[in-house]
Amino acid sequence: MSGSTHDSVVAMHMSDGLVNAPTSLLFGAVALVWLVLAALRARADLDDRTAPMAGLVTAFVFAVQMINFPILPGASGHLLGGALVAILVGPWVGTLCIAIVLVVQALLFADGGLTALGTNITNMALIGVVVGYGVALALRPLARRGKGGLAATAFVAAFLNTVVAALGFVVEYAIGGSGGASLGTVFGLMVGLHALIGIGEGVITAATVTAVAAVRPDLVYLLRHERRPLLRRAAGAAS
Amino acid sequence: MKGRFLLGFLIVALLVAGGISYLASPDPDGLDTVALDGCHVTETAAGEQLDGTCIAQNATDHAMSSSPFADYSIGGGAGTTGLAGILGVVVTLGLAGGLFWLLRRRGVTHADDGEG
Repeated sequence: MSGSTHDSVVAMHMSDGLVNAPTSLLFGAVALVWLVLAALRARADLDDRTAPMAGLVTAFVFAVQMINFPILPGASGHLLGGALVAILVGPWVGTLCIAIVLVVQALLFADGGLTALGTNITNMALIGVVVGYGVALALRPLARRGKGGLAATAFVAAFLNTVVAALGFVVEYAIGGSGGASLGTVFGLMVGLHALIGIGEGVITAATVTAVAAVRPDLVYLLRHERRPLLRRAAGAAS
Repeated sequence: MKGRFLLGFLIVALLVAGGISYLASPDPDGLDTVALDGCHVTETAAGEQLDGTCIAQNATDHAMSSSPFADYSIGGGAGTTGLAGILGVVVTLGLAGGLFWLLRRRGVTHADDGEG
């Protein structure tokens, strides 16, 4: 079993070949459906004020994903960003943010396989964002109480988005993994390592969200005012 | 005020990608650690040689591995991580900002939503 080489120097996401072709296709379809839905729903959350913010949030996630932080001797982790984008720009726009980062990384920097784009988008832009947003929404009353509450909400949401996104890989490996390790080993290692990475994800997310909220609370999606009735929105649009 | 915040946000992203990226841990991330579990990694001229049994042995070469910016470098040059990072921030901002600007609802500023 020796002699095989792999040339990943800086790889942060799933490479091609870790799961079989049918599994890649299946999750490619899942990712595509989710992205179309997100693009349709994102419009409602994008206007002259939030669109530039969403662009910058995407660039920020790309930047921070470059920063691998040590978690154990010989192992590191990096931001996934699901809770971060969901809290700042909402789940639909946030989904598109993460997907754009993954596409740029795969096409420009050869990080994350092309056939693995579906699984990577499913894990980080679907599972990570949905879990991050769901947890943040459940904790929103706490987040609205002040800086400490917002930081705690962001931390918990980010921790859980990391661990559950890691489970996404375990499921994909269970469905069509190419082998090399037992499912139990993959499950234990993925959850254990990502619980540690989740702490870093939580700290980065809490620091970022509270920093934005301190200067521009109106640009934090989770803290925005309740939706106005449609009539008022229409009136605002006409003015 | 609005412009200043967004400019500040951009500068932070550029500093992270262009500067702090040099401090990033070179160790494999969580997923890569799992994929390499069971293998002994030896650096060779052809890449990393994997001895043993592990998931990463199934990984195929990246279709874009000949990209001039592969592995967050400029032409594979040592020490170009920061430049590659800045390029990535600019490209990401252009793609995302452009897409979101096109998708946005025109003429709605939410200026009437309280102090927002």
